[in-house]
Amino acid sequence: MGAALARAAQWTAAGSGTGTLEITPLNESLLNQIIKFAEDFSTRHPQEAAFVFREPLEWKTQLGCSVFEEGYEIHGATVQSEAKGKDGQPLLLLTASTLRVRSFDQLSHLLQIAMEKKLKEAQACLEANRDPIMKILGPECGTVEGEDMSMLHLLEKVKKDDDPETEMKMKICLLLHQLDLQLLNSSLKHISQDVRLNPAAINNEVNLLKNFSGKGEDTVLESLEYTSDYMFCNGCRAPPWRQVHGEICYLVIKPHDTDPLYITCSTAGVFLNGGKDDIDYERKSDVYKDIVTFLRERSPRFVKNMAKQEYNFFKEPTYEKNYQRMEVVDAKVSGQSQNLYDLTEKNVCEKVKSSAARRRSIDKKKLEPSMKWKNTGKTSGRFEDISESSSETEEDEEQPVRRQEGNTDLPSEYWGIQKLAKYLKGGNPTATVIALCSMRDFNLAQETCQLAIRDIGCLEVLINLLDTEEIKCQIGSLKILKEISQNTLIRHAIADLGGLQIMVKILDSPDKDLKCLAAETIANVARFKQARRTVRQHGGIKRLVGLLECISVGSTSLTPYQSKDTEIARCGALALWSCSKSTKNKEAIRKAGGIPLLARWLNCSHANILTPVVGTLQECASEPSYRLAIRTEGMIENLVKNLSSEHEELQMHCASAIFKCAEDKETRDLVRQHGGLQPLSVLLGNSENKQLLAAVTGAIWKCAISGENVSKFREYKAIEALVGLLSDQPEEVLVNIVGALGECCQEQINRTIIRKCGGIPPLVKLLTGTDQALLVNVTKAVGACATEPENMMIIDRLDGVRLLWSLLKNPNPDVQASAAWAICPCIENTKDAGEMVRSFVGGLELIVNLLKSKNKEVLASVCAAITNIAKDEENLAVITDHGVVPLLSKLANTNNDKLRRHLAEAISNCCMWGSNRVTFGETKAVAPLVRYLKSNDPSVHRATAQALYQLSEDPNNCITMHENGVVKLLLAMVGSTDETLQEAAAGCIANIRRLALATEKAKYG
Amino acid sequence: MHDKNCSLFCRCHQAARPGRPARPRCQGSGDAAAMSRKRQRQQLADSLGRSAKHFNKREVECLIKLFDTLVAESSSRFAAAGFDRNMFRDTLHSAFGMTDDMIMDRVFRTFDKDNDSCINVVEWVEGLSVFLRGTLEERIKYCFEVYDLNGDGYISREEMFQMLKNSLLKQPSEEDPDEGIKDLVDIALKKMDYDHDGKLSFMDFEKAVRDENLLLEAFGPCLPDIKSSMAFEQKTFQEARKL
Repeated sequence: MGAALARAAQWTAAGSGTGTLEITPLNESLLNQIIKFAEDFSTRHPQEAAFVFREPLEWKTQLGCSVFEEGYEIHGATVQSEAKGKDGQPLLLLTASTLRVRSFDQLSHLLQIAMEKKLKEAQACLEANRDPIMKILGPECGTVEGEDMSMLHLLEKVKKDDDPETEMKMKICLLLHQLDLQLLNSSLKHISQDVRLNPAAINNEVNLLKNFSGKGEDTVLESLEYTSDYMFCNGCRAPPWRQVHGEICYLVIKPHDTDPLYITCSTAGVFLNGGKDDIDYERKSDVYKDIVTFLRERSPRFVKNMAKQEYNFFKEPTYEKNYQRMEVVDAKVSGQSQNLYDLTEKNVCEKVKSSAARRRSIDKKKLEPSMKWKNTGKTSGRFEDISESSSETEEDEEQPVRRQEGNTDLPSEYWGIQKLAKYLKGGNPTATVIALCSMRDFNLAQETCQLAIRDIGCLEVLINLLDTEEIKCQIGSLKILKEISQNTLIRHAIADLGGLQIMVKILDSPDKDLKCLAAETIANVARFKQARRTVRQHGGIKRLVGLLECISVGSTSLTPYQSKDTEIARCGALALWSCSKSTKNKEAIRKAGGIPLLARWLNCSHANILTPVVGTLQECASEPSYRLAIRTEGMIENLVKNLSSEHEELQMHCASAIFKCAEDKETRDLVRQHGGLQPLSVLLGNSENKQLLAAVTGAIWKCAISGENVSKFREYKAIEALVGLLSDQPEEVLVNIVGALGECCQEQINRTIIRKCGGIPPLVKLLTGTDQALLVNVTKAVGACATEPENMMIIDRLDGVRLLWSLLKNPNPDVQASAAWAICPCIENTKDAGEMVRSFVGGLELIVNLLKSKNKEVLASVCAAITNIAKDEENLAVITDHGVVPLLSKLANTNNDKLRRHLAEAISNCCMWGSNRVTFGETKAVAPLVRYLKSNDPSVHRATAQALYQLSEDPNNCITMHENGVVKLLLAMVGSTDETLQEAAAGCIANIRRLALATEKAKYG
Repeated sequence: MHDKNCSLFCRCHQAARPGRPARPRCQGSGDAAAMSRKRQRQQLADSLGRSAKHFNKREVECLIKLFDTLVAESSSRFAAAGFDRNMFRDTLHSAFGMTDDMIMDRVFRTFDKDNDSCINVVEWVEGLSVFLRGTLEERIKYCFEVYDLNGDGYISREEMFQMLKNSLLKQPSEEDPDEGIKDLVDIALKKMDYDHDGKLSFMDFEKAVRDENLLLEAFGPCLPDIKSSMAFEQKTFQEARKL
């Protein structure tokens, strides 16, 4: 019922917190079902009814003491139930007007005595307890968004320990889930009844009926007409002062067998109005859900002929779909708009007076052409596609948008294009070329024209022309296709008509203009996955790579012949750029020998060809093979050189290529050696172009992984610039900036710089963000800053540790781990760390529970955090209570050296309290620890030796260690140069030896 | 296959004109004549190699050779000094796949600079220079001359109609078949008639073509397409190389 309450029920105040349930039919039926469930519970499930709630359900009741009779003890204003829980507390307690109930038994009894106040009580109860399941079964069963794991946890528990209480819990949980489902189902039914009409649905229905109307025996209607031709921008035809009543439009329908019907279509449905010459808005009939249903009631002939038309109906799938389309209005929204209606109602009287005047103005407006086409005439620019930068994720983003099309009000362009289409279809090449050239005089960047070309069927002709031998027709056709393929719908249509295959074939043509155009058009069309696949499968990649092959690279002054070649290469690169967004195409480009060609063109100095070349390279740099090639073919130098280009787009692609490649250390070094760090730092000054900024900060981030680069960045004052950019940036920029700062912070001097230029407050502020990648970087940066006590003071003052701690609750393991790592230096460098940690309510329990994570990095980081927490004795006591010892022991069998090291440290620190040493022994942590000494990692040795030394204080552990052959291993460690290791190893051996001596003494006295 | 007008066109034009290289004599007998013809051809090739800027000397020689071959193949009856209209038409058809008789006649006229209804070897080489390798300017000029049927310096509405009259498929349903052509002429005029005088001047034509190269052959194909011109050049120039 949690989900039903959270989603279906209509709460007045949005979100959590206190809200009240609105009195709506939906809520009432939900409440009634819940009451019925609770009332019947004690009789249907007597055993479960006795179950005592984890926490009482508590609410302000309206019931007086007087209604309580049998089974209750009444002392003045206090009422107690005779039934008591195990702890002796009554299961029902009423003090003043506060009622506490702790079992289903009491709940059902209460509802029974509440009689007619049932509903009120249930409502008050649910309002006060927004998540009753949590109160009943405990927080682990609370309602959560997304996947609910509580059942599984319970099931696991039931399997593990045979606790009857858990089993009971399980049963109740199941019952409640069942109720939840039932509630959701019935509320869905409620909502779905609330179907409302909208202008588009009516328009479609009218168009549909019009298609089957007219003179003749077989038509369904004689005619049907809107009373007004003028349509408002919201699609309604009713005058505004009627629109407030939800009315959409008015129709005059002439059926074959009755008088004309004057009907009103409103959001509530369709009904007969007072009609005749002037519209009388009074409702004269029942409300029907749509026009067809209405007509079925009114005209027998309609029904009869409709049956005949049935076949045609299905022949028109688009209409059929639209016909069904009605808006399911969210009940909540309709409730709000209801309020709006109420408000506007008052103004209606005044409006009616002026209605005559309005009507006149509307009549005038009738003559205006509809603006519908113009409104949809949005040119889809190129930039939207460029932003679809990196690869796979955005590949399917481009879905064809179906726009609603009207048959009326066609723009003049439509007729002009249709006239030309006649010559394309029925003319010889000469006439065709004239028509093609003339067609280019239309504004082909306008969607109206683009869609007109498609709708007239001209697109097929254009594509067919490509398949002829007439070069002039091919060129003319491609010139048009190139323009109109800026439109997503056209792109899909071209691909569907098989245009790509032909264009790929044209790439072999001897005519250079033709090749260029074909490549450019392919570049436009191949913006979606399926098109890219088609290009590849028809050998397009190889041919496109072939376009890059030409001799005249690098020369600055070009002969016309060479400039033609450059143009071909430019178009080829453009097409490859589009295609390179698919992983398989990247592979295909590489196999076709594209990399050395791209590298060669990278040497040239023309921005118009460099941009697609670098664009392709940065797109492909997601593949390791390309990153290697970019490094080894010496492309870094040119990429760095072009960072200083004057074209921002080129700069951006260069930076983002470096961003992707600088994962490799050698690449980072190359960037530095070619002097790339300075232009990158300079580009930080250009904070207007966010795409550029994102690429540049990304490149800086990755380059800063190398320490030498960090020093350079410091020299170029990049750190100050990065800190300055910390506010008001889009997330993709922030992720990179903070990542870069996190890398820079690895050096002490930079941490000071960041503090001095005020970088810490914005960083701490970012801890409240939601973007996962950003959080990982921010926690890392804050953690790095926290290693400086002076920085730590600021972080502490800003409550940064609490923010870090709350990130442990983040579902993403990367964030959890990163936050836990960041917490370590915070605890180390805060003065009253123990006190601070204790002040986080539930914080220690939270972090101990993270030891149940499956993620190695999370485990290692949490162990490290626990190591630090355990340094405070009081906190150690608390985490011991939360069961840290068995949880740590459970992790002991691991091969991960990082985890081993931090685990050993945590164990060593946790030994300091009570009988923890003994417990570690009992939970079998000792034997695996001994094996850690065989690891190759010296830091593991040190931590393990320390842990063993601590554990060896308990005689039983000594025995276990000895049995596992620890002495020999430790003896070797005593000879280590690491003093701490030496000392710990020796101490451990001493403890073992001492035990042995004592035993011998005891034995032989 | 010669029609009866042919004899008119094929009348010999032997007299050498001033300013032009000496024309090779078509008839001649004996070694001396052959020798002198060879020498003449050598001179001719030299001078044409200089004047026809798109061909080098060797290519000119090949073209002359082709000219001689084609002329020799044709009827010996007239011992022609060059191509007559029909021969030229056949050549255009077989070498460049041209089909439109009217346009081919106009091409003939354009090649035939001196208007003597016979294309001599000089006109042949110079014509082909534009025809195969002309710059855009040369080709614009050439095409305009082809399309200006009456040579009055304008392409008139009527001339366009003449040239386009066969460009549409006849549809039986259409009431007036000429209507479509007239519309097409209007479309072309709308596109190209910049000064709005209802006819295309050279200025109009040049401007339109520079704006949109496809309009170069707006009223019918009068230049070879890239494939046939490549094939022609290869055949003509490479066969010669083999020799």
